[in-house]
Amino acid sequence: MTPFVERGRLLDGGEIKRALTRIAHEILERNKGAGRLVLVGIAARGDDLARRLAVEIHRIEGVEVPVGALDITFYRDDIGMRSEAPEVHETSIPFDITDTTVVLVDDVLFTGRTIRAAFDALVDFGRPRAIQLAVLVDRGHRELPIRPDYVGKNVPTRRDEEVRVRLAEVDGDDAVVVGERKQEDASAAAGGVRERA
Amino acid sequence: MIKHLLSINQLSREDVVRILDTAESFREVGTRVIKKVPALRGRTVVNLFYENSTRTRISFELAAKRLSADVINFSTSGSSVAKGESLKDTALTLQAMGADAIVIRHSSSGAPQTLSRWVGASVLNAGDGTHEHPTQALLDLFTVREHFPSFEGLRVAIVGDVRHSRVARSLTFAVAKMGGEVTLVGPPTLIPPEAQAWGAQISHHLDEVLPKLHVCYMLRVQRERQRQQFFPSVREYSRLYGLSRRRVEALAEEAVIMHPGPMNRGVEIASDVADLPRAVITDQVTNGIAVRMSLLYLMLGGDARREEDPRA
Repeated sequence: MTPFVERGRLLDGGEIKRALTRIAHEILERNKGAGRLVLVGIAARGDDLARRLAVEIHRIEGVEVPVGALDITFYRDDIGMRSEAPEVHETSIPFDITDTTVVLVDDVLFTGRTIRAAFDALVDFGRPRAIQLAVLVDRGHRELPIRPDYVGKNVPTRRDEEVRVRLAEVDGDDAVVVGERKQEDASAAAGGVRERA
Repeated sequence: MIKHLLSINQLSREDVVRILDTAESFREVGTRVIKKVPALRGRTVVNLFYENSTRTRISFELAAKRLSADVINFSTSGSSVAKGESLKDTALTLQAMGADAIVIRHSSSGAPQTLSRWVGASVLNAGDGTHEHPTQALLDLFTVREHFPSFEGLRVAIVGDVRHSRVARSLTFAVAKMGGEVTLVGPPTLIPPEAQAWGAQISHHLDEVLPKLHVCYMLRVQRERQRQQFFPSVREYSRLYGLSRRRVEALAEEAVIMHPGPMNRGVEIASDVADLPRAVITDQVTNGIAVRMSLLYLMLGGDARREEDPRA
């Protein structure tokens, strides 16, 4: 595994919180309240974001919105194309999604392939009336015709860069950072230090 | 991850934890209305059973089908094997048909190892002679973990016909690997002499062992494998080594009772004991599907010839 070299910070903890508050307002405005609304976060980190959005929605509207976690690993289109089977996370959707409006929540929207897999996974649980998409960061470079309904921040990136969301629940602090994977040789390691400085 | 699953001994502790953790996710899939995911679409799994088996074959078949793999059941009766085809020729035929995994049960110990040298497919040992039954041991560990989160210091007794049991061997290795203690319990005739070397303690007195146990694992008396008389009568065996209602009273409150099936009710386990809530025998069956899905996914879901994906 090549090491990740951080090059810059896109959002800090306060900005993440304000983005989620705005998205919660937008979700309620678009759907005219929280009736028949459910949140399903894509593991890992999308599920934590979905729980935070539910807290915001409760604060604004006083309604408890069901929150689920969805792992899309088994629905990926590249199983068998990597050296190892991809790591699996927990799925937990303890409610019926049929006839609800599902807001899918993910941390970073990139190629769109994760979201395509999530559609396949979701319909195995039921037939939602509608699916909407909320992401904390949209970094572009779509490979499929997928467009988010709610965006925390649009960030132009190079394709070979990497955007990482860190959340207190799993990583200890809140931040969105951009960086890249560095080839592991002596000159690159030295370069990495220089570039960060 | 491993290419073949032939023996528990080839797995590291980390491998075992990864297999069990991944099986947790497949356990959830088994609770859905649509109990199927597309993970292994287009792969072919062959069940090659040279010995009768209902539950293991069905469990593997369901596991492969719930992963969307294509399944071919190849049993010896009514096939080319009945016409005298050798294991090698059968293997090469399955290879030529593009099998990605071969699940084999065979009456000869070591048949899966031999098979794995002939084919490019992944080979999964579903029981070979009196040697090993690794997927059973893994599903047993998974079931134990639902009740006891740590294997460290776990005390397990495996009771009964240890001599003819590949389940006993695999489970002893597995529990010892994960840091637990195994006591093999049975009449001297049914404990093989080499059992000392498996890292287990040996006892011939079930009543002395019961109070300290977390897991009481009853083995089936395999009369079909016994070519001589190993105990005087079924009635005496049952009195000395059967798990009766009275013996259950001697178990600690949190201890669970397990059995790999099929049970001889009234021989190694009393009928009312088998139906107690702490007898987790049907959980073992349910978990078997999840653990076999996990193994098939981990063994067929990657391609060792590929380079690491830079976007992983």
